[in-house]
Amino acid sequence: MKGTKLFVESLLNENVDVVFGYPGGALIPLFDELVDCKKIRFILPRHEQGGAHAADGYARVTGKPGVVIATSGPGATNLVTGIANAYMDSIPMVAFTGQVKTNLIGNDAFQEVDLTGITRSICKHNYLVKNPEEMPEIIKEAFHLATTGRPGPVVIDLPVNVTTADIKAKIPKTVNLPGYKPNMEGNPKQVAKAAEMINEAERPVLYIGGGIISSGCCDQIKTLAEKGNLPVTPTMMGLGAFPDTHKLSLNMLGMHGTAYANYAVTHCDLLIAVGARFDDRVTGKIEEFAPDAKIIHIDIDPTSVSKNVPVDVPLVGDAGRILKQLIPQVKSQPRKAWLAQIDQWKKDFPLKYDEKGLKPQFVLETLYDQTKSKKTIICTEVGQHQMWSALFYKFTKPRTWVSSGGLGTMGFGLPASMGAQIGKPDHLVFNIAGDGSIQMNIQELATIKNNNLPVKIIILNNHYLGMVRQWQQLFFNGKYAHTDLCDNPDFVKISEAYGIPAMCVEKKEDVLAALKKAIAHKGPFLLDIRVDREENVFPMVPAGEAISRMIGGMA
Amino acid sequence: MRHIISATVQNKPGVLARVAGLFSARGFNIESLAVGETEDPTRSRMTVVVGGDEAILEQVRKQLAKLIDTIKVQDFQTTPCVKRDLMLIKIKCPPQKRAETMEIINVFRGRVVDLGEKTMMIEVAGEEDKIDAFVNLMRPYGILEMVRTGRIAMARGE
Ligand SMILES: Cc1ncc(C[n+]2csc(CCOP(=O)(O)OP(=O)(O)O)c2C)c(N)n1
Ligand SMILES: [Mg+2]
Repeated sequence: MKGTKLFVESLLNENVDVVFGYPGGALIPLFDELVDCKKIRFILPRHEQGGAHAADGYARVTGKPGVVIATSGPGATNLVTGIANAYMDSIPMVAFTGQVKTNLIGNDAFQEVDLTGITRSICKHNYLVKNPEEMPEIIKEAFHLATTGRPGPVVIDLPVNVTTADIKAKIPKTVNLPGYKPNMEGNPKQVAKAAEMINEAERPVLYIGGGIISSGCCDQIKTLAEKGNLPVTPTMMGLGAFPDTHKLSLNMLGMHGTAYANYAVTHCDLLIAVGARFDDRVTGKIEEFAPDAKIIHIDIDPTSVSKNVPVDVPLVGDAGRILKQLIPQVKSQPRKAWLAQIDQWKKDFPLKYDEKGLKPQFVLETLYDQTKSKKTIICTEVGQHQMWSALFYKFTKPRTWVSSGGLGTMGFGLPASMGAQIGKPDHLVFNIAGDGSIQMNIQELATIKNNNLPVKIIILNNHYLGMVRQWQQLFFNGKYAHTDLCDNPDFVKISEAYGIPAMCVEKKEDVLAALKKAIAHKGPFLLDIRVDREENVFPMVPAGEAISRMIGGMA
Repeated sequence: MRHIISATVQNKPGVLARVAGLFSARGFNIESLAVGETEDPTRSRMTVVVGGDEAILEQVRKQLAKLIDTIKVQDFQTTPCVKRDLMLIKIKCPPQKRAETMEIINVFRGRVVDLGEKTMMIEVAGEEDKIDAFVNLMRPYGILEMVRTGRIAMARGE
């Protein structure tokens, strides 16, 4: 079979229904074939980075691997940020890149880059297909690797003469990867030990991350929490895995976590970490993180266990399977004193803000109010607006929060929202953006318009690179070095130029009506909301400080 | 602490780059790395000598094992094993000193593999200490060139 045809067959065999791709010399034969395949929806972003983030957003909301294709050389290097972003957040993705002919590799040929070399440290695995006969097997392996164990992006570099070759090999039914066998079941003895520790703990906290969402075990987390009366704090990647509105929820912890989450972790005697990796944005000063606690760590990736903190009971395996083993052994407990203490912290240190003026927090609260009964997905860019979204929007279901955690990529949100909308056409999809971030992939407004994706874009416009400005204000004597964006373009005009209706909001009183209008509008819509310029995200743990020592919003 | 860790990997293109890249990306302190084929031509074995505290060494073992191409990781710290380094060394050696050097070489079970008018090339294999000791004895003659393979190791018995 012709390579290009076999390529398309291989995608169909993996149930791929959408591909984000951008053409180029090395891909012309492949696109010539793809365009005729009616079972795969093809989306042309306006920049390869947009394509990669769109595939990532698609994967986050559907749980299926996102697929992106870019041409050799600059097309491939434009994918790099998108691949790294998916890697840091363990998102299943398969990225294909065109490559020069195999006989030219290494010659500095036109549009040649050593993509496997460039991406080696930012993906789960990568391949340069040199022998056409290996292509079907490699594609099969790539999807398997991307979606199993700890998910992640896999990159396949495809020289032109590989895809145009006549290939005899068939698509294999199974993969043969002798070095890859993720451990799934928890060690029964360790599980029993963990259960005993939970049953004996007086002040336990359940700390959950994105692994819960990848593993698909949110219901079990709820069962465990309710059975054991365990207060739950999600990381930013874990938002939506446990309802923010649940009485056992402590909301997010860490650098911009709630005071009550950070206090609970600091005072707990047992920390049960599930699908989370003790990132520095979560732990702050590591020596003072959960100082009195014994630690149980459930994770599929052995390298995450005991990496940043020593663990008392490591449990390597799939979170869902381990919880299934663990839950029957956990006894129900009232934990009255501990829960009362937590309620007191919640009363004393609630999330709050000064309500004068047009505050970003107010926009998010109003948005939550307007959308809580609808199927909604919130995507964000990176910065203050992202943290306010994490804190002031209430997430109650998994895969409804799409945000760049590990890499913190400005420019992620807009393309991710388009991938999310394609993955979940029946959901109301928002991109909460900063005025800085939106300009990093603003060309994707064309893709949104072109495909009539009804994404609602809300720019919380403070005319600043606000998150950096906040650090400058707090830690650099208010010297705002290169963070002032007072000469931003007119976002309404930009949006309209792309054919997307838009509105500027300058007063608090107009927020509700504007949101209603955007939501009611059938197609995409953009709101440029001029928020209080110097509002800060609080509470905040200064970098490297213990998470119990927060500043702002504490009185 | 210094451990000898070996990884049996699939003999695929790029696998050496993956291992080397892993060490540099994670900031592991690598002292030597030896690579070669095994009894099974589809696999090769990489032996690394790496320094660090137990937490770092645990990460090294786990990160190596996590590579998709890695089939098995062994740490020889607690296993009885045979360890070897191979060295080629070229020293200044005028004819009148040959007899004297030969004596030292014999004690170390080295072999002379090349003789020049005023030079001698010697091959020595063995444990690190032995080779280090030999190098020290050669210093007074003048070492012109030296190359070592890096450690390889194999567990004793089955
Ligand atoms: C690609 C990229 N470049 C730089 C940064 C550093 N950075 C983090 S937040 C931020 C400011 C973001 O500004 P804006 O999008 O306006 O959001 P705001 O903080 O004002 O809400 C910057 C520059 C980043 N995270 N990503
Ligand atoms: Mg801003």
